[in-house]
Order: sequence, then structure tokens, then C-alpha cells
Amino acid sequence: MSTAAPSAPTNRLGLTKQDYVGSKSTLCAGCGHDAITTQIINAAFESGIEGYQVAKFSGIGCSSKTPAYFINQGWGFNSVHGRMPAMATGACLANKQLINIGVSGDGDSMSIGTGQFVHAVRRNVPMIYIIEDNGVYGLTKGQFSATADKGSSLKSGAVNELPPIDPCTLAIELGCGFVARCFSGNPKQLGAILKSAFAYRGTVVLDIISPCVTFNNHDASTRSYKHVKDHDFPLHDLGFIQYSEVEDVDIAAGQTELVTFPDGSKVAIKAIREDYDPTDRWGAMRTIHESMEKGEFLTGLLYINPSQPPLTDLLDLVDEPLATLPESLLKPSREVLAEIMASLT
Amino acid sequence: MNATPVASPQAQGAKTRINDFSIQVATVNGSGSQTANMVLLRAIFQMGVFVSGKNLFPSNIAGLPTWFTIRASAKGYVARKASNELLILMNPETAKEDIASADPGALVIYDEPLQLDRIREDLHCIPVPFQKLVTASCPEPKLHKLVKNMIYVGVASRVLGVDMEEVRKAIAKQLKGKAKAIEMNQTAATAGYDWAMEHLEDQLGVRVVRDNKTDGLIIIDGNEACALGALFAGCTVVGWYPITPASTLVETFIEYAAEHRKDPATGKATVAIVQMEDELASAGVVLSAGWAGARSMTSTSGPGVSLMSEFIGLGYFVEAPGVFFNVARTGPSTGLPTRTQQSDVELCAKCSHGDTRHINLYPGNMEECFQFAYDAFDLAERFQTPIFVVTDLDLGMQNWSSKPFAYPDKPYDRGKVLNQQQLAEAKDWGRYKDVDGDGICYRTLPGTAGGKGAYFTRGSGHNAYALYSEKPEDYIEVMERLNRKYETSKTYVPAPVIRPMGSSIGVLAFGSSDPAVIEAQDLLAESGLPTDYLRLRALPFTAEVDAFVTEKRVVYVVEQNRDGQMANLFREAYPEHGTKFKSVLHYNGHAIDASTIVDQINAFEQR
Repeated sequence: MSTAAPSAPTNRLGLTKQDYVGSKSTLCAGCGHDAITTQIINAAFESGIEGYQVAKFSGIGCSSKTPAYFINQGWGFNSVHGRMPAMATGACLANKQLINIGVSGDGDSMSIGTGQFVHAVRRNVPMIYIIEDNGVYGLTKGQFSATADKGSSLKSGAVNELPPIDPCTLAIELGCGFVARCFSGNPKQLGAILKSAFAYRGTVVLDIISPCVTFNNHDASTRSYKHVKDHDFPLHDLGFIQYSEVEDVDIAAGQTELVTFPDGSKVAIKAIREDYDPTDRWGAMRTIHESMEKGEFLTGLLYINPSQPPLTDLLDLVDEPLATLPESLLKPSREVLAEIMASLT
Repeated sequence: MNATPVASPQAQGAKTRINDFSIQVATVNGSGSQTANMVLLRAIFQMGVFVSGKNLFPSNIAGLPTWFTIRASAKGYVARKASNELLILMNPETAKEDIASADPGALVIYDEPLQLDRIREDLHCIPVPFQKLVTASCPEPKLHKLVKNMIYVGVASRVLGVDMEEVRKAIAKQLKGKAKAIEMNQTAATAGYDWAMEHLEDQLGVRVVRDNKTDGLIIIDGNEACALGALFAGCTVVGWYPITPASTLVETFIEYAAEHRKDPATGKATVAIVQMEDELASAGVVLSAGWAGARSMTSTSGPGVSLMSEFIGLGYFVEAPGVFFNVARTGPSTGLPTRTQQSDVELCAKCSHGDTRHINLYPGNMEECFQFAYDAFDLAERFQTPIFVVTDLDLGMQNWSSKPFAYPDKPYDRGKVLNQQQLAEAKDWGRYKDVDGDGICYRTLPGTAGGKGAYFTRGSGHNAYALYSEKPEDYIEVMERLNRKYETSKTYVPAPVIRPMGSSIGVLAFGSSDPAVIEAQDLLAESGLPTDYLRLRALPFTAEVDAFVTEKRVVYVVEQNRDGQMANLFREAYPEHGTKFKSVLHYNGHAIDASTIVDQINAFEQR
């Protein structure tokens, strides 16, 4: 299957990184979204994800074009504005073995699609929900989105007077069991979080600050590369250990906290901020709010609780995909119909 | 028997109407009258008499007026009838209005204190001391309101000559398994019957006489029939959002699925049902589940279809299957949410922006609700597109007599789906390549191993290989092929049903209008105007429809909306016959009746 040179490194499936790429990006040169795409490719490669099991969903906007740019072996669905979560929901019901990646933007998820975001999180739809957050509508040439910070301004000079909606605190409030914020310019942290996300069962909300180089990269923007670099406060160094590797890895003691996933994988969290415990829901909320007041971008794994059942478990579905169940298991018998008819006479 | 038979005022000089009458019951919504009305309907049905019921209810949980009409017809006519021979007036709020609209000679059962006999002298009044009877027959004051309704069932049974044994059986059937409620209601009905035996003379105007017209028939509503169709069709994913009058379709499906859609080996569910946050999300679930290989559906009404329309256009253009039930109600806007109409014809025919055309199925009776619901899943997968099954409140929520449904032996048609092995053998596969020339391409399902079937689905322009394209020739190719696919569907959708009388005058209708049109066709023929009646059962129009339109001198298009929406579709499809189409319209929220059709056709024909 590998299409790269024989010398290229391979993962546990014997695949090379080239097996996880997509078509060429048509986004602006230097776009933060492309850096995220690169990390999705890396994480899928390193985690040894089967490409054919991947389903990629998106709504409308610059971010929503990106599922075409990674994992060509997976199926993609670029749907309608703000409705990506419903797409992932339907597909996970049809085939619960799919690995679902949803890519959305701040406009797609925090304005037109807020309702869908809220309800997908509430249902714990098994998916990695990525918000490529630049605080601006890029594809329609630079209008404010609902995550734009109060006081930030557009290229035109227009100032945003409204408070932002924060996807991370919203997700924690709704009971999401995996909430992280990253910066597209910090590949190491983003890569570790994405690998953890692939091992998680349930909704993963990743708010990735991704500067728009064309419409929102000027000095007065709070989502510019410079501004985010200056205000990014990572909470911790993260290491992700795949279940297959857990026994071989010598995990450092001391300040490192381990969170174990149902499949045995572990995230090692080495605190930079000593007071931060990502398993403490209300502590996480308080710390995020405090940092927002200070104008910081707190990045890292903000909250984690791997014990919540995903939607597909709650529905108590058969193990095999509903999509491919045979007629013999779906169509009730002649006797059943006769019985129902008799009850209606 | 201590009453002697005496002719009622109505019967003097008139012959007795045997098994041919309408009853209207006026009650207060939420008073439990629906159970009583169903018992009365069922008891007449059990007497072997063809009977239909229509519940005219308000958009309200309790307190507003509601009416229930029961029509018995020896000839099998089940449409709403404009006049009623028996009125049961239990609602003081509407009693005066109800009695003012009664036809001369009608029998009127009412609560004694209302003193309705003072209002009109041309009616046969039957005042009943309900409070006294309730107090005597039911020791629990809390239940008096409910029991009171069952007393009128007893009184009406005596007045009509319905066997009390059938009433008792009907109560047991209606309240299946609830022993205490059955006993209490049977006592109340008997109290009403006994009082009537003692105090009323026999009336000979309207009688129920035992017959055998209902042997082997069932009573069911269209939502339940559609739910059963979906159950047997193996529907595997349901995304839905509650809306009157469509909710009971999914709710009934949930009940049946809980029992009949479990893997016998594990006890686990073979269907996923999720109540979504709105209709937009429901449509998304239906289409993405269909895209991923499930047999998916939703059930909604006009406002829901409006919300779903963006997604439905996506489904049409990316070619994702899904079944959309529209149980239509009276629009526009919130309109009359508990009343019936056929006013989503054009909406469902072309739902969404851009050039879109959808396959629509119009069941006209209970067997078709079942069969078309079953077929819709095959059509969705065969044509890889959203399919509308369009019913309305009248079909969906009213009770109809029907032959029992035949078991659907036809195996599922899962359409053109390539599996791993077929993909390995396929040369130069493209998701949107028309290999067979029928406009239908081969699709693959996410999760298919082998590395050859993945593709990117997009609502933006795409070529035969599902690659992004804004090239004019690629766009035209897709749009022309979609038209070709729609053409192909003409040989798959149900053909119309024609009831010929050798006439050059055509009458064309669909869905719930059928019983009224049949009755109207008979009435017109009796008065010397035979017509040929075509009942349309699907979009697109098939060859049989072409022939009918071509050979008739005039086609009266009967429909329940203001704008003649179906006639508009015909004028568009058959411009050369455009002047032939004349609209016969009915759109006041009530189900259509035969006299409306007869009167309008007579006016057109200047008779």
C-alpha cells in the first residue's frame, strides 16, 4: 500500500506518512489551518490509524475545506454551514466502527452551528471535534466571528464590542470529557493532544487558535501569530503513550500525572502550572476564566474524564455496523406481521 | 325492554337510514373523550358495519373544544360527510353553535341542564341527566369527567341499536390490559344504556344493523401503518424532532422496534433512534447515516420540511439516500397545526434551492401507507437520493378500516454499492460515473477496506470522480445525469390507479382525497355525468399519467390547498395540455368531502 520510498519510516501497520496525506491545500500560504492538517497527518500516522476506517466531516468555511487535505484513504463529507455535528452523528449511528474527525471553524461552530455543537457534545458523539479558530470569517473576506475577543479590530478598523463565546468552557459545562485548547504554531503540543484524541472514545473538543494570515494577522488582532505567541501559556508538557506501548515506556514520576483511557492508553501530563489538575472540572473552569480575564491563551489539555459512555454505547446497539446488517436480522417475520395485524382487528 | 318502539320525528315519512349515517361528538379537549369515541366507533365496526372516524382537535392539551365524527356507510364510503344525523353535545361552550348548525331532523344527545330543546324545535332532542348517572355509577369523584363520556357511549348505543356486548368488548380492546379501568368504563357505559332503555322510546330514523362488511378488517391510522412499513423495511437509523401531526409515526416505530428490532442472539438493538435538537439536525442525521450505508428516515410536517430543505438539496446533489415522511398539516407558518391539508405538494416536489426534483410517494390508504413506506427505503437506496413519502393529518392521525397488510416478500433493494472485492475488480471507478446509462452511479460505504473506495463528498461542484470542479462541462454533466436518474425512476415508482367509466372527463387526485373522490365520482355518475378517475401515487409522472392527460378533454385536479399546487406541476410537465387542467379545491382545514367535489365539477360543466 505504501507509496513512498522504501526507506521512509513506517508505523505499526507498516504504512508511511505518505499514506495519510490528502490533496493539495488551496488555502492561503502560511494559513494556520495547514499547520493543523500537518499535525493530523502526523498523529494519524504515529497512532497507526487505519485510513479506511476514518470518516471526515465538515461544514462550510476555510476550515471546512481541510478534510480534503488529509487521510485520502478515508471518506470525507463537506456538508452545509454549521451542520457538521449532525453529519458525524448520523454516520456514527450507521457505523459505530468509524473513526470520526470533524473539522469546523469559529463561524461554523460558534455562530450558525452553536446549537449543533452543544447537542453533539451533550450526546457525547464519538468524534474528534476540531475548531480551527481564527476569530474571523475568512472565506467571505474578513467579518468578525463570535469568538473574536472584545476590543479586537478588523483590518478595516472596525472594533468588536461583543464578548466572545469560548468553546472550551462551553464544552466543559456541557459535560464533554476531553477538552483542549492549542495553538497551530505549537506543533509539539498539538501533536500530543491529537494522538490522545485518537485514543479517546466520545466527543473530543479541540479549540485550535489558528491565525488568519490574510484577514486577521495585523497588530490590532488578538488572533494574530504575534499576539498568540506572546500570550500563549501552556499548562503542561504532554506525552501520549499508546496502549500497545504502555508497558515498554518508563514513565517519569514526580510532577507527572497519568490519565488512563479505557483501552489502556495513557496521557502523561507534566505540569508547568503547579495548581492545575485537568481532572478537576470546576477548577479547570475557574483557571480558564481567570486566564481569559488576563488576556492569556491557556493551552493544553484543559479537562479530561475518559469514563463517560459515548452515544453509541447508550443506544445499546449490536456490535457490527447497522449499515451492513443483513435483511434476515432487519425484517421481522411473517408471523410477527400476522400477530400485529391480529392485534388491530 | 320497557320502552315501546315509537317513530322519532325524524323518521316520520322518511325511511330508516340503516348503517348509513354520521355522528358528531362535541367535547372538551383533554377530557378523555377520545377513548369514548373510539369505543363507539369500534363497537359499530364490530357490528360488521363499515365505519371511519375523524378527530377534529385543537392545538391545545386541555380545555379547548374538540369534535369527533363517526361515519358509517354500507356502501363503504369513508370520507367526511358534511351533514350529521346524530349529534352528541357535551361541551357547553360550543353547544349553542353546534345545535344551530344541525340539519333538521337530527337526533341530539346532550347534558340535560343545557336545555337545548328550547333553541330549535325541528330536532329530536334527547336530554340526559349525566351528572346523576355519573354519581350513581362511579364512586370516585376524580374520575367523573372521564366516566361521563362513557355514559354517552351507552346512551348512543341504545339510540342506534348497537349491541352492548360489542361495547363492552370494545372497551376491553381499547383499554387493553387495564382491568380496573375496563371495569369502571363498562359500568359507566352500561349505566348510560340502562337509563336509555328505561327512558327513551325506540327511534327508527338511524339504525345500526348487524352486517359482515368488516370481517377480517383492521383499524389503524396512517402513521402507525407507515411506522410498520419502516419497521419491515429494516430502517436502521432514525433522526427526528417532534411535530404534530408527524410525531406518532416515530413514536409508534419506537414501540414496535423495542419489541421486534433486537438481535435475538444478544438482545441488542438493530436500529438507532435519536431525538435530535431540531429538524435541521434530523435531516443531517438521515442523510449522513444513508451516506454511511444505513436505511435512515425521519418523520416531520411542513414547517420541518422547510427547515430541512437546505440539507435535502445537499442530499439530492451529493446523492445520499434517506426517507422523509411529511405528514402534512394546514399551513403556511404555524397555520392550523392540528388540521389537515395537501399544501406541501410543490415544497416536496422541488424541496431546496437550485434545480432540484424529488421522488415523491402519495399513499392513499392504509395498505399503501405500509407498502410505500416499505418501498421508499428501496427507492432511496436504488436512486441514492432523498425520498418523500407525503401523507397528511387526515391519513396519518385518523382511524381507518383496512384490509390487513400483506407481508412484504420482496427482498430489500440495497442499490448499487460496491464492496471491497468488487472495488478490487472495478476498473477506473468514479463515484459519479454513469456506467450503466441510467443516471445511477456506483457508491461505496465508509469503512470499506482495501484502500480503493474512498471519495470526498461535497455539496460544491464535482466531477465524475468526486473531485472539486467549477468547470461548466462538469457541472452540466452532473445536472443532466441527475435528470436522467429522475427519468429512470419513472419505471420504479408506483403507477396510478385508474377507475374508468368510459368518459372523456378526467378527475385526478392523490392521497387522502381518494374516498371523497370515489364517492363524488359515483354521485356524478348517478346524476348522468360519468368520469374517469386517476389517482396519482407518485412523482415523477409515469407513462400511464401521460396517456390519461393526453386522451382526456378536461382533467379536474382535486386537491386540498388554495393554489392548485398539483395542477401547477401538471401545467409545467404538460405545457401542451395546459388549458385542460381545472382545479377543484378544498382548503379550510377539514378533510375534503364528496359534495365539495360534485358541486365544483358541476359548476365547471355548467350543469
